[in-house]
Amino acid sequence: MVVGLLAAAVWYFHGHTVPVLEPSGTVGHKERNLIIVGLLLAVLVVVPVYAMTIFISLKYREGNPKHKAKYSPDWDGDRRLELTWWAIPGIIILVLSVITWNSSHALDPFKPLVSDKPALSIQVVSLDWKWLFIYPTQGIASVNYLRVPVGVPLNFEVTSDSVMNSFWVPALGSQIYAMPGMSTQVHLMASKAGGFYGSSANISGAGFAGMHFTTQAVSQSQFSGWVKQRQQSPQPLSQSAYDGLATPTLNNPVAFYSHVKPGIFDDIILKYLPPSDREAANLHIPGASI
Amino acid sequence: MISAIAGLFGRLNGTALPHEPVTQGGAVLMVLSLLAVAAILTYFKRWKWLWKEWLTSVDPKKIGVMYIVIALLMLARGAADAVMMRIQQATSVGAHHGIISSDTFQQVFSAHGTIMIFFVGMGLMFGLINLVVPLQIGARDVAFPTLNAISFWLFASGMVLVNLSLVVGEFSAAGWLAYPPLSELKFSPGVGVDYWIWSLEVAGIGSLLSAINFITTIIKMRAPGMNLMKMPMFVWSVLGSLSLVAFAFPILTVTLTLLFLDRALGMHFFTAIGGGNPMMYVNLIWAWGHPEVYILVLPAFGVFSEIVPAYSRKALFGYTSMVWAIWAIVLLSFLVWLHHFFTMGAGANVNAFFGIMTMLIAVPTGVKIFNWLFTMYRGRVHFASPMIWFLGFVFLFTMGGVAGVLMAVPAIDFQVHNSLFLVAHFHTMIVTGVVFGFFAGITYWFPKFVGFKLHEGLGKLAAKLWIVGFVLAFGPLYILGLMGATRRLDHYDPSTGWQPLFIIAGIGVAIIVAGAAVQILQLVVSIIQRNENLDNTGDIWNARSLEWSTASPPPHYNFAHVPVVQSRDAWWVQKRGKKPQSQPYHSIKAPNNTASGVLAGAFSFVIGFGAIWHIWWLFGAGFLATILTVIIRSSSEDNEHTISAKEIAAIEGQRSYA
Repeated sequence: MVVGLLAAAVWYFHGHTVPVLEPSGTVGHKERNLIIVGLLLAVLVVVPVYAMTIFISLKYREGNPKHKAKYSPDWDGDRRLELTWWAIPGIIILVLSVITWNSSHALDPFKPLVSDKPALSIQVVSLDWKWLFIYPTQGIASVNYLRVPVGVPLNFEVTSDSVMNSFWVPALGSQIYAMPGMSTQVHLMASKAGGFYGSSANISGAGFAGMHFTTQAVSQSQFSGWVKQRQQSPQPLSQSAYDGLATPTLNNPVAFYSHVKPGIFDDIILKYLPPSDREAANLHIPGASI
Repeated sequence: MISAIAGLFGRLNGTALPHEPVTQGGAVLMVLSLLAVAAILTYFKRWKWLWKEWLTSVDPKKIGVMYIVIALLMLARGAADAVMMRIQQATSVGAHHGIISSDTFQQVFSAHGTIMIFFVGMGLMFGLINLVVPLQIGARDVAFPTLNAISFWLFASGMVLVNLSLVVGEFSAAGWLAYPPLSELKFSPGVGVDYWIWSLEVAGIGSLLSAINFITTIIKMRAPGMNLMKMPMFVWSVLGSLSLVAFAFPILTVTLTLLFLDRALGMHFFTAIGGGNPMMYVNLIWAWGHPEVYILVLPAFGVFSEIVPAYSRKALFGYTSMVWAIWAIVLLSFLVWLHHFFTMGAGANVNAFFGIMTMLIAVPTGVKIFNWLFTMYRGRVHFASPMIWFLGFVFLFTMGGVAGVLMAVPAIDFQVHNSLFLVAHFHTMIVTGVVFGFFAGITYWFPKFVGFKLHEGLGKLAAKLWIVGFVLAFGPLYILGLMGATRRLDHYDPSTGWQPLFIIAGIGVAIIVAGAAVQILQLVVSIIQRNENLDNTGDIWNARSLEWSTASPPPHYNFAHVPVVQSRDAWWVQKRGKKPQSQPYHSIKAPNNTASGVLAGAFSFVIGFGAIWHIWWLFGAGFLATILTVIIRSSSEDNEHTISAKEIAAIEGQRSYA
């Protein structure tokens, strides 16, 4: 039976990828390595606990035929032993704390990635119930479809024009919340070409389950070709086209836009702020001048 | 005229009845069960008995039983929700859309979480606390008996509101914590979120009052000689847990009130526009929500600290470090709330701080596990069914803890947050920690309060089915999370390849349901065979703390003589010492039964119902009536009766000893 189960598991995982453990992005890769380090440290505690549980349960069980097990009903503590199990997990956690501190800074989603290539800026807007991806420099936009070049740092600015969502492409790495009236950032980079699953990780209402999209990572030249092609798209992302897009829809099909209205991403954020705050906020939003 | 009458009913009208077959079925089933119970009570002429012996009782032993009965009924409801979710996710792929609509699915998972935490977890916890704490500290009652009844009835009233939403109106579809802006009026215009708010408002105030009551009881009413460091470990855990309730639940009450003000009066505490800030809500709700996890799990740890020594026939190992571990957990649990939203974009320093605080909790928790194992070491361990739950807990909870430590690293959390990996993690902590712990506790203390043991063979079988079912139901969820499956999906694409794992998870839940069915069978069989399993001694397990020194079930006054405590494990030491000389009995004062608990519960239900449906005159009337009930009861002079020495002698004379 065990062999059968193993065979089934091998067959299953041969056909399917586990993106968090087999990432195709540099950030996801570092996060996968952290998972492995964390697991190895945890094994140092888990194995002794399991071994002790099995050993003690067998040896000191009532009616153990060997009758040799010692019985000390009033033995209720031992300072050195207790100190040991305050100290050993404490030391492991100390090690993990250092790792946590360093990795929190190294993998801070707001921190731009270091690369000799110029970064590609992509603005992400979660809507009811679809994702809008704006490429401000290229002047194009897409719905429920994201295309990125391999090996180029991707600067995502994320907001919502509805409720809270979470922008997550597991194969690339870190997710970040999309919230109305605010912009968050996440910096990712695809290391391999391929098509990856992306979705919203935060419940956002009726059409939530349909908010998934394909992320296609392609070579730089293929990406440039695609951009040129999309710049010819007949449909411009004007304010009225955006307003139409912002009305709730379920399982929205993939769509493409050209001639994106400049500054539309900032307008989406600013409209949530009281008029008095808008001007002040305008100065601080990165990428406000396109 | 007609519109004036309709105006009296606020938002309530004929459209409030359920529309979908599954919800209609659920509603009909619930109404029919209530009618059946009413019919049985009428047929056996038990209404008066129910009212006098139970509903108006201020005896914590009876209130405890009522808490547990409600919690187990709610467990059935929450499990039904879980089964629906598993069927939906196993079948709703590609062209198929499963058994329920996305809106119903969202109501189902919101109700599942709400019911399991507030009405199952909290219910089992307060049930055991009511039953066990007064007896373990050698007290005859709690500090404020009437307040205790009111607390219970507020809990019951919140429970009625949650379930009423199935029949009249709808429930929240915004998840068990209802984050704004989704839970704001603009995005959730129905009454669902209001049902959620008010059932938790009412039940939450009950929890707070109960916490104050039991903290006072533990501090002020311990038997002479029982200083703090001689208290049973369950009492310590309860003190830790209820201290958390006292500090955390006011946050919940205020947060819910602010959300309601947003929804009902158009205020802007948490809206995205008008200067509101939804992030504030997320912080506040988790400032309550994280301590809540430890509120539930600490008493379950306390149960294990009672049963492991009892069944190992050995003193608890490392008493002092256990106490420190509890208080370390209490303190840390207030410093970790931000780990529920590392992905909201706080800076690296903030995330790292909360991550490290979170990991630190693993240390005292690990200490507790090592101390339990060393309690068994050099003991004589009797593997009764509570110990099977304990072993299941050690193996599975440790695994869940590893997942928890991983997720405490913010950079790892970015990749598993809100995925099914997270869902698997917190179910591991709550099911194998809280639920297994309370099942073990119920099995252990059942003979104390009912007078006979539960069937052992069926108990062990149930525990094993739960453990196996749990592994199958939640193991696949860890993998699904790593495959990118997020929580709360009512439908997904076949290209994701998730379906086989969802089917295995469904099989796991079926096995858990089989385990629960065996537990029902166990109860029935135990009642039928009760004469073979009677506890005539009062100390059926040869256990250690004071509750085992009195009869099973204990008399109304708990102890004929207030015990005098010399050491830890008071009863164990007393048993092994000289038999005390018999002393004369003295009369005992006991509180009278009162209808004020039921009334306060009923009126607070009216408050909630009025608020939910915007029937403001009803809301005001309920509010006034609740206050009046409390004032009238508080001003009553005649609320105690005396049990005479003769009556006590008669009751004690019937008691048999081993």
